[in-house]
Amino acid sequence: MAPTGTGPFGRPEQVDLIGSSVFLEKRQEAEKQASQRGVPSFEEELWRYTPIGDLDPSKYRLDAPGGLMADVGLVEGIESETAAIIEIVNGQIVSTTINDESIEVHSEGVEMEAAVGSVIPIGEDFFTDCNLSYCTAPVVIEIKRNSVVGAPILIRQHTTTSEIVWFPRLVVQLGENSEATVVEHQASPSISALVCPVSEIKVAQAGRLKYLTVQEHGPELWQISTQVAEVQRDAHVALSQVALGGSYARARIDTEMVGQGSSSEISAIYFGRENAQHDFRTFQKHEAPHTNSNLLFKGVVDDESRAIYTGLIRIEPEAGDVNAFQTNRTLKLSESAWAESVPNLEIENNDVKCSHASAVGPIDEEQRFYLESRGVPTEIAEALVVKGFFADVLQGLPSQSVAQAIDDRIEQLVALDKERF
Amino acid sequence: MSTLSIQNLAVVVGGKQILKGVNLEISSGQVHAVMGPNGAGKSTLSNVIMGKHGYQITSGSIELDGRDLSSLPTWERAQAGLFLAMQYPTEVPGVSVREALELAVRSRGDNHIDISSRLDEEADQIGLPTDLLERALNVDFSGGEKKRNETAQLAVLAPEIAILDELDSGLDIDALKACAERIEAMTNDGLGVLCITHYHRLLDYLIADHVHILVDGQIAESGGPELARELEDDGYSRFGDAGEESSGVSVAIGGRSETKNVAVSDPEDPFADPLA
Repeated sequence: MAPTGTGPFGRPEQVDLIGSSVFLEKRQEAEKQASQRGVPSFEEELWRYTPIGDLDPSKYRLDAPGGLMADVGLVEGIESETAAIIEIVNGQIVSTTINDESIEVHSEGVEMEAAVGSVIPIGEDFFTDCNLSYCTAPVVIEIKRNSVVGAPILIRQHTTTSEIVWFPRLVVQLGENSEATVVEHQASPSISALVCPVSEIKVAQAGRLKYLTVQEHGPELWQISTQVAEVQRDAHVALSQVALGGSYARARIDTEMVGQGSSSEISAIYFGRENAQHDFRTFQKHEAPHTNSNLLFKGVVDDESRAIYTGLIRIEPEAGDVNAFQTNRTLKLSESAWAESVPNLEIENNDVKCSHASAVGPIDEEQRFYLESRGVPTEIAEALVVKGFFADVLQGLPSQSVAQAIDDRIEQLVALDKERF
Repeated sequence: MSTLSIQNLAVVVGGKQILKGVNLEISSGQVHAVMGPNGAGKSTLSNVIMGKHGYQITSGSIELDGRDLSSLPTWERAQAGLFLAMQYPTEVPGVSVREALELAVRSRGDNHIDISSRLDEEADQIGLPTDLLERALNVDFSGGEKKRNETAQLAVLAPEIAILDELDSGLDIDALKACAERIEAMTNDGLGVLCITHYHRLLDYLIADHVHILVDGQIAESGGPELARELEDDGYSRFGDAGEESSGVSVAIGGRSETKNVAVSDPEDPFADPLA
């Protein structure tokens, strides 16, 4: 039995839901859970401060028309040198290019069905359940054990058709003692649509994965994304998000240190303009001893934009010798912009080193004064300070060329025009 | 020939009267030292001249060659010919000194100066490792590197009048000598200097023509270089300060001593989290 359309995004007969009968049953179960649960409400803690109440599922049609890519955007610099490129547009895989023999990509069959849902179980969340039910183009990327993939794996996940809702599903499985970099580019022109991506990331023992998501959606699109990374013994994951667009752009990001000696770094840059709303929910879950996690999120809210950050560090009783840190800073550039930052700790073990810091504030007065005292005009000094505010996060991004493109974009956003004199 | 003229300057910071009528006149080529105990208002004086936010002028004037600076934003004062070498140079993440100075000089319309090579020369001369010129301003610089960096910027920007706010604080003797001697050489080319310091040691290398003692927001005494040497021997005790670090300052008035609660001159903690 396949999903039948009992959920709020009904009418799945319009799309081709692939899978064996066992997999289709899983999809139906997820659909059942989603429709029982219903669209979340802003009264739930996880959805506090969000515009989720404005979500009207009937505004969007569940569809997978495929089509042409949006602009190449900020990832242009890495296009020429990649280990693989997978292009997914409006619910269809439009191309797959693999340039490295340690990479395998599965979009159907036993491998796909075993991987999808292996990190995020059914019943966790309305949107992850809907995603399992209705994903039309699941992509599983497997990197074999003991391999070092030097060039980035580029995933271009674009939305170019108005009024659709679709559910991108990605699984990245990094083999034991391997190393790889994934760059995911999410983009759309100025259209109204709803995209609910789910990424499941599994880093096997002693693996080292860097995963960068660059989101430059148009100003009307809603994106509700979930990314969960499971990090096994002595493995490391670095998750970075750069969020520049969207009307409402939410990212839930979980890292689960399940193996001893595992570690994660989580970072984000966000820049809100006009009426954009950025929403980040992070979970750093330490389930094993000798584990580390370090989170650094930096954002700007300008014009009437809003930003919400809430983060939880959770340390289980059996997880001793843990270091876990969390920092969120938001610069407020206009009086009408709004930001909220809520850090939380739940610690069940005494042998831990934890800290969290969060702040929302205006441009640093001292930094501006310093630059002005050299003769740098106020607006240029402010632009430099804002640009510099992101420097440490930018420096940590896995791709130099993408980091440079983002730096240039930030210069444009803060209207720093060095050539005007 | 330029003159920075400060007349009857009174300043309130955070509701407290810090400066209570200061008069100073600094012309090209001159070095004026302003010395004083902690809390006398020395840093307030330098910050208010440069137009820092949070300092309210309640009376008096600050003029450069007859032009009133007191309503100008900081950068216009800098472009008019002032420079402030800061006591605690601020860390500016993601912005290099080379980038900042190029933007500063280009925005004042100087397109003919090769700022980049001037900066290399000055860094070389002052003993500032040139790789620091590309790094984020003052981030992870040592105390000496910060002050050498301030001095190199001063030399490149070549203002009419430089205000040195405790240039000597936290400096080892080699760095102190290097900075002071570079500035001394610039005074021979016409730079006017307002040198604010707590200690005499800077003035061994940067020779002051005039020494002013600032106590409780007013110039208590002015004189020649000999005044600084007297302080070296006697400390500020005759002005009512026992020399210890304190937020309150003892002031002798009319032969009897009373303690006034004067705010520390720099109300903002330079190491405070800027977003806190």
